[in-house]
Amino acid sequence: MRAIRVVAVNVFRESVRDRVPYNLVVFAVLLIASSYLIGQLTAGQDVKIIKDLGLAATSIFGLFISIFIGIGLVSKEVERRSIYALLSKPVSRSQFIAGKYAGLVLTLAVNVSVMAIALYVILAYMVWTEPPTIRAGWDAPGLDPALLKAVFLIFVELMLVTAIALFFSTFSTPIVAAVMTFGLYVAGHFNADLKNFEKVVSSQAAARLARGAYHVLPDLSAFDVKTQVVHGLPVTLGYLGSTAAYGLAYVAALVLVSTFIFARRDFK
Amino acid sequence: MPSAIHIEELTKDYAVGFWRQRPYRALDRLTLEIERGEIFGFLGPNGAGKTTTLKLLMQLIFPTSGRAEILGRPVGDLEVRRRIGYLPENPSFYDYLTAEELLGYFGDLFGYAGADRRKRVSNLLDRVGIGGERRLQLRKFSKGMIQRVGIAQALLNDPEVIFLDEPMSGLDPLGRRDVRALILELRDQGRTVFFSSHILADAEALCRRVAVVAGGRLAAAGALSDILAFQVHGWELVVSGLSPEVLARVQPRVRRATEISVGRYSLELPLDQSPDRMLAELTAVGATLVSLNPIRDTLEDFFMKHVAEMGPGARAPIAEQSRAGH
Repeated sequence: MRAIRVVAVNVFRESVRDRVPYNLVVFAVLLIASSYLIGQLTAGQDVKIIKDLGLAATSIFGLFISIFIGIGLVSKEVERRSIYALLSKPVSRSQFIAGKYAGLVLTLAVNVSVMAIALYVILAYMVWTEPPTIRAGWDAPGLDPALLKAVFLIFVELMLVTAIALFFSTFSTPIVAAVMTFGLYVAGHFNADLKNFEKVVSSQAAARLARGAYHVLPDLSAFDVKTQVVHGLPVTLGYLGSTAAYGLAYVAALVLVSTFIFARRDFK
Repeated sequence: MPSAIHIEELTKDYAVGFWRQRPYRALDRLTLEIERGEIFGFLGPNGAGKTTTLKLLMQLIFPTSGRAEILGRPVGDLEVRRRIGYLPENPSFYDYLTAEELLGYFGDLFGYAGADRRKRVSNLLDRVGIGGERRLQLRKFSKGMIQRVGIAQALLNDPEVIFLDEPMSGLDPLGRRDVRALILELRDQGRTVFFSSHILADAEALCRRVAVVAGGRLAAAGALSDILAFQVHGWELVVSGLSPEVLARVQPRVRRATEISVGRYSLELPLDQSPDRMLAELTAVGATLVSLNPIRDTLEDFFMKHVAEMGPGARAPIAEQSRAGH
């Protein structure tokens, strides 16, 4: 466990040194500026827009971190040959992969938490400045704890995207890994459509292929509960639990396969 | 007690080519035994298979066949890694870390913590001559300084066996002298040092035994003085203040005389001519000694002769086949 922790802490340190936290500043500025602008343009709807915007920005900023750091997690170590000295220390290849993954998940956890706090701060300001009559017309309370449900599933989705990036990083170049990860992210969001593909195409082969892809690709749309949360619609704990379990099962499978591939790799 | 390093029939094939992949034999049935407490030189020209062997011993690559043990345990065993140190060829580390942080990171992996870790790191950086720069990020380090950091990280855990891949590479003459002294110091502490080099002088200054690889095969092994190719076969005497008359007198006993500048000559003597007697004769008529060196084959000479002697079949068939395709 110690080796995994030590490698993970170093990944976190690398992301800090690579100025990843700057994205938080951009996030905060974006949120403050847009809340001010929206406040000037709309009446009563602005809190919904801010929640939407805040959650979407958390998801997109997290996605950038997942993909752009995730694709280099392993390949950068191999490319700059720092892995040679590291693997001569008492750390196994599977511990290395687990540590790398845990380090990026830790970076994401800190980022997502800070972004969620920033969103709540903006919302608290709106609650404080809006008159009670306007607040009474909101679908959900301004400081709605249900927002955390959306943030939680965004985080699990980002864990999954990171695992995909890590998987490609173990055997391909960063560019290929980025393209593949982003491609899978997009396909994952349209996964539900693949299920009913035979209704829109006549080719049996294409329909079968789509069905196969539906079973293999993760259904990322399941992690998107932003609309429900923003409009005050219920998201049950059961749904949260089963979706998180689904995501973590994919993560476990991807990390295992990554470990399997990496354990047999030659560093020429 | 098991030997420090045991290598048995170790072989590594790579696939080369993009569309039509062909096998390329980088290392061919290497067998070696290295005793504890010795400095062992692993010599060969560039591309001979030295780094491949070291990578196999560090399990950075996997053998096609054969096996290797370090301290009686299979390579790759985590317990073995606690007892060894490794300096890769042209090492490269995390450029966002300082030298102190890098060694601290590796120290964490060995389970060192707190004051013990700080002391270890500080002592090692002192030992390899990294002073105030230790708090600078490695991106600001020169190649020679990175090499010193690389040596420090290889010694972090007081290893019993130390693998150094071209440890003198990138170092200035002062650095080379320091590393030689350090390797001898490690031997005096009872540690085993296995180092690769393509420079014969490094091995001469340090090793009791060497192995020479060429074309992925073991070409010679044993004490350097016992390997015929590396025995002295003449002397190079450089003198100044030598008159043409004196030169003409000694010329029949000299294999070759080359004028370097006015009055300064390089004289090549065969082994049966005593350099002492020749020197005494020349200094008696006013010449001055500039330098006296033994003449022996370089590794490159050895390699060329070895390949020529063995004929076209010198290389493993698999390698021959792949090279023919180039």
